[in-house]
Amino acid sequence: MAKIKLPERKIEELKEVCRSFNNEKGELINVLHRAQGIFGYLPAEVQEIVAKELNVSAAHVYGVVTFYSFFTMTPKGEHPVSICLGTACYVRGAEKVLEEFRRELKIQVGETTSDGKFSLSCLRCVGACGLAPVVLVGEKVYGRVSPEGVKDIIAEYNN
Amino acid sequence: MEMVKLTIDGKHVEVEKDTTILKAARTIGIEIPTLCYFQLKDMDIENRPGGCRICVVEVSGRRNLAPACSTGVAEGMVVQTHSIRVLNARRTVLELILSDHPAECLTCAKSGQCELQTLAQQLGVRELPYQGAQSTYRKDTSPAIIRDIDKCIMCRRCEMMCNDVQTVGALSAVNRGFMAVVAPAFEMNLEKSPCTYCGQCVSVCPTGALTEVDHSRNVINALADPAKTVVVQTAPAVRAALGEEFGLEPGTLVTGKMVAALRRLGFDYVFDTDFAADLTIMEESSELLDRLTRYLKGDKEVRLPILTSCCPGWVNFFEHYFPDLIDVPSTAKSPQQMFGPIAKEYFGKKLGIDRKNLIVVSIMPCLAKKYECQRDEFKVNGDPDVNYSLSTRELAHLIRLANIDFNSLSDEEFDNPLGESTGAGVIFANTGGVIEAACRTAYELYTGKKLEKVEFNELRGLENVRHATVDFDGLPVNIGIAHGLGNARKLLDDVREGRSLFHAIEIMACPGGCIGGGGQPYHLGDSEILKKRAAAIYREDAGKPIRKSHENPFIIKLYEEFLGKPLGEKSHQLLHTHYFDKSLGTFVE
Repeated sequence: MAKIKLPERKIEELKEVCRSFNNEKGELINVLHRAQGIFGYLPAEVQEIVAKELNVSAAHVYGVVTFYSFFTMTPKGEHPVSICLGTACYVRGAEKVLEEFRRELKIQVGETTSDGKFSLSCLRCVGACGLAPVVLVGEKVYGRVSPEGVKDIIAEYNN
Repeated sequence: MEMVKLTIDGKHVEVEKDTTILKAARTIGIEIPTLCYFQLKDMDIENRPGGCRICVVEVSGRRNLAPACSTGVAEGMVVQTHSIRVLNARRTVLELILSDHPAECLTCAKSGQCELQTLAQQLGVRELPYQGAQSTYRKDTSPAIIRDIDKCIMCRRCEMMCNDVQTVGALSAVNRGFMAVVAPAFEMNLEKSPCTYCGQCVSVCPTGALTEVDHSRNVINALADPAKTVVVQTAPAVRAALGEEFGLEPGTLVTGKMVAALRRLGFDYVFDTDFAADLTIMEESSELLDRLTRYLKGDKEVRLPILTSCCPGWVNFFEHYFPDLIDVPSTAKSPQQMFGPIAKEYFGKKLGIDRKNLIVVSIMPCLAKKYECQRDEFKVNGDPDVNYSLSTRELAHLIRLANIDFNSLSDEEFDNPLGESTGAGVIFANTGGVIEAACRTAYELYTGKKLEKVEFNELRGLENVRHATVDFDGLPVNIGIAHGLGNARKLLDDVREGRSLFHAIEIMACPGGCIGGGGQPYHLGDSEILKKRAAAIYREDAGKPIRKSHENPFIIKLYEEFLGKPLGEKSHQLLHTHYFDKSLGTFVE
């Protein structure tokens, strides 16, 4: 695991969050929630700071982080790509769209491209079933996406 | 306390209201099988996650079966612990656990002492009906402990020991569902974690998931090598527990048989770590008196309380968690590590044996000793002062391997000069023993008077944290004692905050001291066994003709011939050490 340098300003912000919860052990999940808001993910370095501030073992923090699927230790890409696999999108071919994204970006679900530009995740229903299959890139919604259209979507962010 | 009446297997029983079904059943001699449950009575140690479901029982009026370890009793409750429904459920539960457990019993290090294996026998499992994918995990080997997590059944006893009892925090359950394992933070290897190698996780693991690194083969090879002279030293706690491995009653002293067995195994000299314990006392009590007298003269620089440093698990603990206090513990090496250089630089040189050809083996109740003897500062040009450290369990295995009928051996004596010891050296095995031994010597050195009564009963016992004031002929010396690292942490927090009123503190990492060490025969949570071992140690002490370290004639001779005086130049070079800050960069490289 390569050591990463966290920005000082964000470390201070994280410690402030811990203080706002009175550095209480029982607030671990709340603190991690906020920490992921600050850093976008929970690298080992962040978990070590949280462990120290709340006076719990790093092993315990890691146990919690790996238990709840909301928490992630992988940084999201600059453009997080989410493919809806809800029922409507699924029956209209979302899986083929997902397959195409995996092939084009050369990453699996939950991973980030080595240049940090894209990350890939799945979600269940964004409430736009009329547009199925639906893909989100950041906040932007793409409807009626076909496998053939995947290249064009990626190209929009690749300049 | 409010009492309730209930019926278990047709027998009436009256117990306290907050008791569990499991404990209520035990009071009338009904043993409900358990697996994840673990208890060490008298030491506030209990693990009952209610996770394995082996202890399920039938409670009348309740639809589902209840886990006896975590279900409270109630007035009028009717419990059946071995009905057909219970037995079928119990076996199915076990078969499901076994469906994700490698069937490697023939070659498993724990075979014969595995609680899972015993249960499978007891419940009559004759086939493994549930076949499918098994979770696999890489094997993690550290200097002292092997983690073979494929064999983990998630009972979480190790987690309880590591976190709740020892407050080391090296292990936690991580991931979820089928992927769940017990691992250090970020699934680093144990060696990178704050693990102290106290081995308490190993001593409570019901399966072969956690075992010690076995150095028996290296020892066998050394014994078979005609170019090597192999000497062995045995820690005090070993003689009070080794007999258990051969079916003897806990608390049976097997000192003489152990010596005889080691000779049969082919060791050239059978020596005693107790001799080195006497040496430790010479150095450590001199250091205590040095600090104490300087303090009394008004020296503000002097660090008090002095902390004992014989326990390598404890040393690892303060190096990780109290690096700001590394100048507080005594610099005296542990007896194991004092023995090494004396054997190689004094005894070996006297016989004209080059240190490379002198192999020092130690038999220890401890797993941290395996790590300790590998530390770089205990090597000369790469040659370790102590080559291999075997646990009490490994010695028992060696004795069986060599086809020695242990119980029929006649008692034999240790070799001289490094086998002669006093009662003070023996009691190092018990919590409170090191400081008692130190008091016996420090008292006489300080006061110049003869100690009327050598036993300091106020320093004995199994309470988690003890304190006593010993009267050094008008000078009250305040002494603190903790066993178990969680208890040690409490005393250390006080030292860090400047609240400690003690002059000296003894700390041992394992509950009960070395008699409850991570390398001892498995006690399976029976604290009576620990008490019997402790009593045996005090018996051995009482039976010794000499009971004060500074009266050991061979120790006196060693100083005259070789070392000079305690805390002298030669002592500093061979018998003292220094500590390191290990708090940084633990997890992330």
